[in-house]
Amino acid sequence: MSPKTIFEKIWNDHVVEEEEGKPSLLYIDLHLIHEVTTPQAFEGLRLAERKVRRPDLTFATMDHNVPTKDRFNITDPIAKKQIDVLYENCKEFNITLAGLESKDQGIVHIIGPELGLTLPGKTIVCGDSHTSTHGAFGALAFGIGTSEVEHVLATQCLQQEKPKTLEININGDLPIGTSAKDLILSIISKYGTNFGGGYVIEYTGETIRNMTMEERMTVCNMSIEAGARAGLIAPDETTFAYIEGRRYTPKGEELTNAIAKWRQLATDPGATYDKTITIQANEVVPQVTWGTSPGMGTNIMQSVPNPDDFATKTEKEAASRALDYMGLTAGTLMQDIPIDKVFIGSCTNGRIEDLRDVAKVVKGYSVAPLVNALIVPGSQSVKEQAEREGLDKIFLEAGFEWRESGCSMCLGMNSDVLAPKERCASTSNRNFEGRMGRNSRTHLLSPAMAAAAAIQGHFTDVREWKFK
Amino acid sequence: MEPFKKLTSVVTPLNRPNIDTDAIIPTEFLKRIERTGFGQFLFYEWRFDEQEKQKPDFVLNKPVYEGSNILLTGSNFGCGSSREHAPWALSDYGFKVIIASAFADIFFNNCFKNGILPIKLPEDIVQQLFQKINEHESFQITVDLEKQTISDSQGFQVIFDVDPYRKECLLKGLDDIGITLEKEEKIKQYEGSYIVI
Ligand code: SF4
Repeated sequence: MSPKTIFEKIWNDHVVEEEEGKPSLLYIDLHLIHEVTTPQAFEGLRLAERKVRRPDLTFATMDHNVPTKDRFNITDPIAKKQIDVLYENCKEFNITLAGLESKDQGIVHIIGPELGLTLPGKTIVCGDSHTSTHGAFGALAFGIGTSEVEHVLATQCLQQEKPKTLEININGDLPIGTSAKDLILSIISKYGTNFGGGYVIEYTGETIRNMTMEERMTVCNMSIEAGARAGLIAPDETTFAYIEGRRYTPKGEELTNAIAKWRQLATDPGATYDKTITIQANEVVPQVTWGTSPGMGTNIMQSVPNPDDFATKTEKEAASRALDYMGLTAGTLMQDIPIDKVFIGSCTNGRIEDLRDVAKVVKGYSVAPLVNALIVPGSQSVKEQAEREGLDKIFLEAGFEWRESGCSMCLGMNSDVLAPKERCASTSNRNFEGRMGRNSRTHLLSPAMAAAAAIQGHFTDVREWKFK
Repeated sequence: MEPFKKLTSVVTPLNRPNIDTDAIIPTEFLKRIERTGFGQFLFYEWRFDEQEKQKPDFVLNKPVYEGSNILLTGSNFGCGSSREHAPWALSDYGFKVIIASAFADIFFNNCFKNGILPIKLPEDIVQQLFQKINEHESFQITVDLEKQTISDSQGFQVIFDVDPYRKECLLKGLDDIGITLEKEEKIKQYEGSYIVI
């Protein structure tokens, strides 16, 4: 047999039908759903008198809209409606739901792995672009639109064009003070937000091998910001150790057999990718974005770029429009930019290791007087774990707000929004215009960098931090 | 879905690269539970000021582009979220064709599922079209899906690529789910042979 990439193996395993000139029909092993992208899909099912084919392979939670303060008091009537409608739909179609009252509730991409739903070799879809996160486990996971959600609900299959493969090979150690977030931000700022278009990215190399599962999830999470369909990392001992003992993970002999099977899920020697790029991790410097796309980033030692320095007319115009929107002047040192708010959370960086990173930095310090800083754990289980470790006390003592789990400010669909022109240091994944509220200004960075910025009131090189 | 065959319309130019789904429809407007009614929020922050008054400079607010069904735009259009609200807003507003040199993957797919034809053209041809609009504000083109051509009344013509399967679905207004459900036997067979761990 010819050597294959992990992507090809998973793909081939799931083809129900393949016909020349048509998209392939893929079988879906896990369908995660949430309140924002499903109401229209269920409505479609009802209108066509169709059923959910495999409620047992479907799992629901609510995350985008949920209040992070007084969680049972949803004041926005339309948000409340979406949440109520999800409760009703799950009941009607017999789908397991981690609702507001559940200990399992959280951001869909955080609870999938936590509950052991996310496993190697699976095909996983969700009506949310950051479904790429689950690729960290060696699953083929990607975001779909609402029509596709309806399609998967009705048929448990999805029509898909076969994407191409892109290998990002990363070697060397990440320098102290830099993180998986800095790595992926630096890749996107170097190669742009569309270099992954049409590809599934497989991350390989010793840097990735040395990462924890949570770090791998951060990297895969942002694959979509590089334009890729999905991000993938072959499963290994780190993966198996993470998976073992979780609620929906196979147990005993079943697990042993599964692991034996999962070990085959690596790219064979000699298999070819459509494109390969290599990255040196030891060159990574803490990143901060300055613009309105994740690719508009630089490192903490640099200053805000001058639009004239960009190569093409389109880039110059885009940079100048971004600076205008962000209220920044070319040449200002990144370190000199003052901030108003800090948001720590999201499916990129709302896991326990992220919160530990933050706690290390802020321990014994106080949030700068004019800064309002928010920590939103990615799930109820992350929240509980953090509280068991006493992290919440460190945060509260330093002057952070400690919230309930949800997407929160990441997309500004609930009451966690920025006021116009407010500037936020955020651990999320998108700095688009208006993402955190009208005329909001978002800078993306790592949890440790965001924590340091909260204390200093401006961006700071966390590599020089004096830990207390 | 309504079939799409041929269309003639004034072309609305929106010459910016990387227009993301949050710009197409800001997240604060995503809370409806219906598929319709999103057009009023299309490009909201560009179209309206803080007092919710139309910004006269923004291209969609210019009277010549009222009722236009074709949007010509910069590369990597539709990047960002997988939310289908973006194509819903575009189609509800009246756009049936979007032309750009590159689209974000998920958005591109979502268009077809909502009766919108996204057309990828080489960057120089896209720029040529922008140039034509510069010279003549109410520049019109005809998009013929059957023949895969874009043409104007002055003899300009280009051929565009479209996936044959997608083309057929659009031309006939076929519903993807219906097509897949006809394969019930194959799906059952697959389910019988493969164990999900
Ligand atoms: S945290 Fe942000 S990016 Fe992640 S699922 Fe929620 S809204 Fe989307």
